Amino acid sequence: MQAVVDLPIWAAIIVSLFLLLGAGLTLVGAIGFLRLPSFYERLHAPALVTSWGVGAIMLASILYFSITQQRLVLHEILIGLFVTVTTPVTFMLLARAALHRDRVEGNPDVPAKAPD
Amino acid sequence: MLPYPILSFFLVIMWLLLNEFGLGHLVLGALVAMFAGWALASLRPDKPKLKKWYLLPKLLWVILIDIGRSNLAVARLILQGTRGSRRSGFLLVPLDIEDPTALAILAIILTSMPGSAWLEYDSGDKTVLIHVFDLIDEAEWISTIKQRYEAPLMEIFA
Repeated sequence: MQAVVDLPIWAAIIVSLFLLLGAGLTLVGAIGFLRLPSFYERLHAPALVTSWGVGAIMLASILYFSITQQRLVLHEILIGLFVTVTTPVTFMLLARAALHRDRVEGNPDVPAKAPD
Repeated sequence: MLPYPILSFFLVIMWLLLNEFGLGHLVLGALVAMFAGWALASLRPDKPKLKKWYLLPKLLWVILIDIGRSNLAVARLILQGTRGSRRSGFLLVPLDIEDPTALAILAIILTSMPGSAWLEYDSGDKTVLIHVFDLIDEAEWISTIKQRYEAPLMEIFA
């Protein structure tokens, strides 16, 4: 692990901007997750985290380690890729469970399933 | 020898990214990729038919920009709290694509987009129920999804 001092100033600024963007989006996503009124609306908030939240932190990490270690460090891309590919699975599971429950309970806000 | 060349290729790349670039890891990664290809072949999954793969980078770029915009819009709406006159709602979108891989990619796109959530796909009547965070114009949402994402996907997985 090398010291932050090794980082040129332009790189430090870009890395911090990306980090702040990613951390900010993650925070907003968490706030939304806590405060939004309905389940289906709360489903949208974590997408902030799993898209550009993770993306921006990933870019900051790639840039920081590529410069300080003086070689291209790209394995962060795999984290981003796997997060992106796997989140829809959990999202859909949760969403369909909620839909099923609401339909069984006869919640009028939820569209009924088309007759088979 | 290699039943799934694209998969094996990306496995080698992944191996090299996780370890180090070098001849030793290249050989080791190639071996892993070869056995993984055989293992997958024994499961006999459908082979995705990539017709126009060169259209993928353009679609990826469009998606990255759109997701960025959607992030900002949703973040703004969350921070505004309940003061805004936001109305979220369900939307039934008729789809034309049938290819499972293309459908999976469309689901990933719409889920990664903070403004929309993919809820339920019905292969019987080929519709998908999505939930939109800020539903202003239903027809516009449907045409955006169909033209910006579905049409290029159908072209790629023809």
